Amino acid sequence: MPHCPTFRELRVETESPRGRLHLMRALGEGRVETTERFVRHMTLCLDCRACEAACPSGVQFGKLMAATRAEIQARRAVSPSERLLRWLVFDQLFPHPGRLALLGWVLRIYQRSGLQRLARAVGSWHPVGARSPRPHREGAETAPLRRLIEAERLLPRISSRFFAPKGVVRPRAPVRRRVAFFAGCIMRIAFGETNRATVRVLARNGCAVALPERQVCCGALHVHAGEREGAKRLARRNIAAFEASGAEAVVVNAAGCGAVLKEYGELLARDRLWAERARAFSARVRDLSELLAELPLDPPRVRMSARATYQDACHLVHAQRIRQQPRTVLGAIPGLELVEMADADRCCGSAGTYNLTEPELAARFGAQKADDIVATDAEIVVSANPGCLIQLAAHLRQRGAPTRAVHLADLLDAAYRAERS
Amino acid sequence: MPKPLSPGLVRELWAIVGRDAVLDQPEDLLVYEYDAYLDRAVPDVVVQPVNAEQIVRVVRLAASEGLAVTPRGGATGLSGGVVPIFGGIMVDFARMHHILEVDVANRAALVEPGLFNLDLSTAVAPLGLYYAPDPSSQKASTIGGNIAENAGGPHCLASGMTTNHIRGVELVTRDGELVQLGGRAADAPGYDLVGLVVGSEGTFGIVTKAWVRLLPIPLRTVTFLALFQTVDAAGAAVSSIIGQGIVPSALELIDGPSAAALERAFKVGYPPEIGAVLLIDVAGLAEAVAEEAALVGKLCEAAPGALGLRYAATAAEREGLWKARKGALAALALIAPNYYLCDGVVPRSKLAQVLRRVAAIGAEWEVLVTCVAHVGDGNLHPLIAFDVNEPGILPRVEGAHDEIIRACVDAGGTITGEHGVGIEKRKYMPWIFAPADLDRMARVRAAFDPSGRFNPGKVLPTEAEAGTTDPSESVPLRVGVSAGLDPERWV
Repeated sequence: MPHCPTFRELRVETESPRGRLHLMRALGEGRVETTERFVRHMTLCLDCRACEAACPSGVQFGKLMAATRAEIQARRAVSPSERLLRWLVFDQLFPHPGRLALLGWVLRIYQRSGLQRLARAVGSWHPVGARSPRPHREGAETAPLRRLIEAERLLPRISSRFFAPKGVVRPRAPVRRRVAFFAGCIMRIAFGETNRATVRVLARNGCAVALPERQVCCGALHVHAGEREGAKRLARRNIAAFEASGAEAVVVNAAGCGAVLKEYGELLARDRLWAERARAFSARVRDLSELLAELPLDPPRVRMSARATYQDACHLVHAQRIRQQPRTVLGAIPGLELVEMADADRCCGSAGTYNLTEPELAARFGAQKADDIVATDAEIVVSANPGCLIQLAAHLRQRGAPTRAVHLADLLDAAYRAERS
Repeated sequence: MPKPLSPGLVRELWAIVGRDAVLDQPEDLLVYEYDAYLDRAVPDVVVQPVNAEQIVRVVRLAASEGLAVTPRGGATGLSGGVVPIFGGIMVDFARMHHILEVDVANRAALVEPGLFNLDLSTAVAPLGLYYAPDPSSQKASTIGGNIAENAGGPHCLASGMTTNHIRGVELVTRDGELVQLGGRAADAPGYDLVGLVVGSEGTFGIVTKAWVRLLPIPLRTVTFLALFQTVDAAGAAVSSIIGQGIVPSALELIDGPSAAALERAFKVGYPPEIGAVLLIDVAGLAEAVAEEAALVGKLCEAAPGALGLRYAATAAEREGLWKARKGALAALALIAPNYYLCDGVVPRSKLAQVLRRVAAIGAEWEVLVTCVAHVGDGNLHPLIAFDVNEPGILPRVEGAHDEIIRACVDAGGTITGEHGVGIEKRKYMPWIFAPADLDRMARVRAAFDPSGRFNPGKVLPTEAEAGTTDPSESVPLRVGVSAGLDPERWV
């Protein structure tokens, strides 16, 4: 219970892991239906899995929650407009890197042409209403316009150059490991530079990095939204793409993607043709920090005098149980002073698309996180997940804090680049 | 039978605690039907007050409507103490979880009942202080719940149970008065009513604030494991330690099956196929600790069947050993999906004898019995591990439980050490108390609550259970489904 961010904030049993598990079981026993209130209790869960990591009984909360969300989708009467939207997003957009790139291109024009400034000026006049102290009590979901404004506010700066995986990048030094890099979908258009940095960091550490061209989105958003079939289709395409690369390890730089890639084995467990291949694929997946700590890291030869703090991404620390490795890697950077913030492993409120679906509660978690970061006096906050970085940056900006939110790969890459100057 | 809620009641509750703090929808009420015991019952309405004044008004309203009132802390209890078997209003303390004052000079704190036990120790640690009672549920159980149950814990061996650490309480009585019992200072004059309230399981009144005693963190703590071939050997070592007049700050026994489960869940380094482990804490001043630890170690090694000692070298190792011990109940889910924990206590001189008897009872009823015991206190905690889906298992579990408790009572022990009577052990009360004893208890309760509507159906046996009337005439209780004990709900 004390590990659950939503219980700590809302103080009701329905918003705690024990309460949610009880409701899930009650659904199975037919004691409750998927009523609006029931669904509300399930969607308010961040799916951060802090409870799972803390549970000595080994209850696999993440899996139970994914199954419950799929059950909700199956039982729900979906309106035609929602069905259309889901079809567009989950079937027509995310599985297609080309279309995502097109969207990225449009957004880039929006951001660079001055349209964004205009829209924000207009948006700031719109009365979005006071934030409710207890959002779970609201019957209605957040108004669509409010959501759009919130989404726009969180829109990351689209990369000047998208990342298009292709070919193999070889290290200058002898090859220590043959790996393949998973480029993600949002990562390619919003964090193109971080992806390039990741590849450079890997190469600098003696990895030959394959960039399979046919890889697609990992399917994490599909799983969390209860679209399991869509997720399976993506999983099969990725497994095939990476098998062809022949790499020993599949390296990921986004915690949310990594967690799902590691679960492909379970996702496809009942698929006779794919189960074994999926298990083998999942066993090869490594987070960037995990791989670097394993190598181990070849430390940068320059000093980087800065005070940094590290934010645990939920899908790294809880879902993948990777707590020490990123800290080990950061500790190996000469001159970098690593200070722990309070509750570093508490969710920042980004939680996939939570900050779009539950903006009010997400904003409270984000603000709290910004306070904890500022209290450390750190100049840099490091994390290893795009969603977290967007959320952290937005809330630090809002608070007027000078702290920069940086991906581990970008920080390392900057240090290695400084070597050459 | 429970009275249906009057239609205006929810509105009146809104007026008292605010609309946000009243839960009356079925999906919300469902999760207030449990603790860690078998029986379930859904309250009619849950309120989440933020101060004593609101509770006073809720209690007055409940009195005028003739409704039951059940206070709720962390709902981690093992005896059904918080299960509202007569429905009514549940007063949930989740929003009253603050430390109101820390009095460092007098080593005391004024706290709200909804505060998690461990949060108190964590908060005062920078001041060099801690709150001693440490039930294994301490991450998720509350000070208010601990007061209701007079909770214990591994370190209560040396420092005493909850009752030794509560100096005063503010209590809402059935007629809606706010009374102050005891206070900040150690020895309040007059009758020790605080002592009566602690362990009254919410049947005397509702505690709205408590003055708790804090202790200085020991300067030095030595934690070590003593390993044994058999439970008998460990029992003999405990007898010789206690026999020498030594009271370590904690003395816990973990038998073979439990050790294996803990090793799987926590990887603490228990050797495989070990018969029994003693987990021992010796704490105090640096020199005295070294001397006492050495002596305890020597006594353990001298026991026949001893397999040596293992010291925790660092604070992290010590925390690891204790984390595993406190996570024991949950980790036992790895043995079997359900468990039934017996809270039987025996005189320490009878430890080895009763432990043998417990093993025999397990064999007789063909159930797996394993122990994670506060052995220094004689609190055995035999645990029956089972799978509720196995046909015909429940009567065997209950049969074994009855016999284990009977064995404890026969050995001069008692039916519960620290988990409370609740619903679960009402039927055992006549085993250790004569009708006159029980009658006296009932009269004390009536002095606090003549209506008997504070947490009704707990502690005192029903007439049928007490055997004073025809057993077929049982009290109509509103008990929900029994879906088995769920270690996973014990988060």
